[in-house]
Amino acid sequence: MKLNIGGITEAGLSKNNLTGSWRYHFPTINPELCNTCGLCELFCPDSCVHETKNTITVKEEYCKGCGICAKECHRNAITMIPEGEKQND
Amino acid sequence: MIKNKSSESKTLQGSIAIAETICSLEPGVIGAYPITPQTHIVEHLAKLTEEGLLKGKYIIADSEFSAASILFGAAAAGVRSYSASSSQGLLLMTEVIFNMAGTRLPGVFSAVNRSLSPPINIQVDHQDSMTLRDSGVIQLYVENIQEAVDTHIQIYKVAEDPEVLLPAMVCMDGWIISHAYEPVTLWQKELVQDFVGTFDPPYKVDPLKPLTYGALADDDKITEFKCMTDQALRKSADKITETAEQFRDLFGNYYGGLVEKYKTEDAEIVFVAMGSIVATLKVAIDMLRKKGRKVGLLKIRSFRPFPVNAIKEVLRETNLAIVIDRSFSNSAGGILGTEIKASLYGSNKPFVINYIAGIGGREIYPQTAFDMLKEADEMLEKGKIPSEAIFYNLNMQMMGG
Amino acid sequence: MKEEPRDNYLASGHNACPGCGVSIAVRLILRASGNNVVVVSPTGCLETFTSPYGMSAWEVPWVHSLFENAPAVASGIRAALDYQGNKDTQVMVIGGDGATYDIGLGSLSGMLERNQNILYICYDNEAYMNTGIQRSSATPLGASTTTTPATASSYGEKLQKKDMIGIANSHNIEYVATATIAYPQDLMRKIKTGLSVNGAAYLHMLTPCPLGWGFESDETIAMSRLSVQTGFFPLVEYENGELIRVKKIIDLKPVNNYLRAQRRFKHLTTDENQDIKDKVCQVVRRNIKKYGLQENSNNDY
Repeated sequence: MKLNIGGITEAGLSKNNLTGSWRYHFPTINPELCNTCGLCELFCPDSCVHETKNTITVKEEYCKGCGICAKECHRNAITMIPEGEKQND
Repeated sequence: MIKNKSSESKTLQGSIAIAETICSLEPGVIGAYPITPQTHIVEHLAKLTEEGLLKGKYIIADSEFSAASILFGAAAAGVRSYSASSSQGLLLMTEVIFNMAGTRLPGVFSAVNRSLSPPINIQVDHQDSMTLRDSGVIQLYVENIQEAVDTHIQIYKVAEDPEVLLPAMVCMDGWIISHAYEPVTLWQKELVQDFVGTFDPPYKVDPLKPLTYGALADDDKITEFKCMTDQALRKSADKITETAEQFRDLFGNYYGGLVEKYKTEDAEIVFVAMGSIVATLKVAIDMLRKKGRKVGLLKIRSFRPFPVNAIKEVLRETNLAIVIDRSFSNSAGGILGTEIKASLYGSNKPFVINYIAGIGGREIYPQTAFDMLKEADEMLEKGKIPSEAIFYNLNMQMMGG
Repeated sequence: MKEEPRDNYLASGHNACPGCGVSIAVRLILRASGNNVVVVSPTGCLETFTSPYGMSAWEVPWVHSLFENAPAVASGIRAALDYQGNKDTQVMVIGGDGATYDIGLGSLSGMLERNQNILYICYDNEAYMNTGIQRSSATPLGASTTTTPATASSYGEKLQKKDMIGIANSHNIEYVATATIAYPQDLMRKIKTGLSVNGAAYLHMLTPCPLGWGFESDETIAMSRLSVQTGFFPLVEYENGELIRVKKIIDLKPVNNYLRAQRRFKHLTTDENQDIKDKVCQVVRRNIKKYGLQENSNNDY
C-alpha cells in the first residue's frame, strides 16, 4: 500500500475501524417506551445511533458500550446488557 | 519602483530588492515578524501592501513560530507564501519547518543569516540556517544581491514543483547582502510569473473534497514516510540545476546550480565556501593566480540538498581543499567541513583543512585567504594536516591561554 | 426524531475512550457548523483519537498544526481562503485546554488580536489528558492529577484555574462564550453565533473526561450538567466585552455532589481537606456572584 505524500489522507476512513470490539455492554431499546425523541442520537460519542422505520437502532460495529444513551434517556427506554447476553433481532 | 523593462538596473538596498522581487511573485500570504537584519524586507513589503502593489494578505504575526505557522496554513490551502527571518527567529521556526517539509507544504523563507545567541550579536554567520539542515528544507546560499534576487525567483519554481513540494530558504548574509547597496536588475513581473508558473499543489484544504492533514504513524510505516521526504529533497537537486540553467537562458544571469566552480580545473588547492565571502575569495583567487598560484574556489550554492557528486567531482582532482565554515557544531568541527569530508570518504585525496572563521561578523578579507594559504603551505610541507577543524585566528589571550 | 439522517461529520470508528466528552462536543460543533469549514487542531486528545494514518474520523477538511500554533495555522488558512475570494468557508480551531491555556496561549492571543474571521473553540477537560492526566493551568484547585497528585501530604492542584474568558475578553473581540455538552442546543446555538461574527470569536467548552476525572463512562453528560448546576462552570455569553446572557441556576446543587462524584476530587471530601474544600467552595461562590447565576434578572434563558 503506497503511502500518501505528507501523510495526507482521505476523510472518514475511520469507518474501517470497528470499535464495537471494545465493549462489555450493549444498549437494548424498549420500543414501547421509546418515543424517538433523538436525545440518545445527540449524545452518542461514536455516532452509533440511527433511526430506522420509527425505531432507534444502534450500530453494533462501532458501539463502545459507554452507556450514555441509557443513562440519559428520559423514558428509561434503554438498558445496557452484558455483551454475551445480548439478543439478536 | 518595480522595473518594467527587464534590463534596467538601479542601485538598491538588498532588502528592498528582495521585497520588490517577492512582490512580483505575488504570494497570497505573507507572515511577517521583525528581527534584525531582515526587518527592511518586511517593512518594505508592508509599504508595498499599503500602496496596493502587493495584493496578498500581509499578516503581522505574534512570533516567528506563528509567522512560519501562517505559511504552513497558507500552503495547506494551496496558496503561495513568504516569510523572512534570522538568527533566533529561524530557530523558533524550526518545529514548523520540519512540519512543512514532512507534510510537503512549500513556502519560501529569506534566511538573512545572523549569528546565534549567546552572546547576542546581530552580525553574520551561518549558524542559524545551518541549525535547520536536518529538517528537509531546501537551502541555497547566495553571494550577492543580484543572486539573491534571482535565486528567490528560481527557488519558488523548485519548491512548488509537484515532485518536490518542500519549504525552501534563500540564505543571504545579514548586512552584507540585506543592507548593502548594489546595482541590481529587477525583472518584469510578467516574465517572472511566467517563469515560475502558478502554485498548483496535488492536495489542498477544500470542503468539497475533505482531506485530513496530519497523521499518527507507527514504526511499521514511519521510516518510509520520512524516507519520502529525503527522496523529495534529493529530487530537488536536479530541479535546482535545471531551473538555474533555464533562468540563465531566459534572463541571462547564472551563478551556478548546486555549486559553482571558479578556476578549479587545474587547481592544486581549492577553497570551499558559501555566502558572500565567495565574492571576496574570488578576488583573492584572481590575485593569487596573477602570482602564479594554482588555486581555485568551489562555491557551495546548495547546502541542502547537499551536492555530494559535484563535490567529489571537483575536489578529488585537487590536492588540498581549504573549507571555510561560518558555523560549527560544538565538539564536531565546522558543519560544511565535516560534510565535505564525509563526501570524500573512501578517496585518499584531497587533504582537507577545515577553518572555522567569520563567526559573528568577524571579517574575511582577501588577506585572510592569503594567510590561510600560507598556513596550508606550511602544513603541507611538514606533512602535518590537522584532521580536526581549526578556529581561525583564535585569540588565545581571551581564551585564557 | 427527524426521518432524514442528521448531519454527522465525525465518523464512527475513532479511538476516543468510551464516553469521551470531547467526541460528543465535536459532533455537536460540526452539526452546528455544517461542512463548509476547515478545522485546525493542535496536538491533544482530539487530534490523537481522530487521525491515525489512513483512519481519519474527520469528514470535513482538517489540519493538525503542532501543539502551540493552531491559531497561527488557522490564520494562514483564513488568509489564504480570503485571498482566493472564499468568504463562505469558515475556519475553526478545536483545541484542548493544554494547547489553549499553556503552550499555545501566545499564538491564541496573536490570532484574537488580529481579529481574523476564525472561531476558536477550547475543549476543556482540565488537564493534559492525552498524555496521561497531567495538570494544565486549566486544572481546578484541589484536583488530583499525575503531576499534582493528592497524597497523604498534598491535596492536589495548588493553583487556581486561569480565567480564559477574561483573557479572551481582553482582546477586543465581538463574542466570547462558554458552553458544555449537557446543554447541546445551547452549545450549537453558540457555535452558530460564533460563526456569524465577522471576526475572531472564542468559545470555551467543558468536556468531562471519564478516565481523567474518575467517573463511569455513562456519566459524562451528567457530570457536565452537574458542573453547571453547582456553579463550577457558568454558562455565559459576552458581546464586545459586555456580559449579555447567563444561564441561571434554578436548583443549585451542593459543591460536595460534584466533588464526591469524581476520583480527582474525592480526597477533598475528607475532614483533613476541609480547608481546601472551603477554598473550592469560595471559587464557586465567586462564579455565582460574578455572573449573577442566582440573581433575579431579565437576562434569563
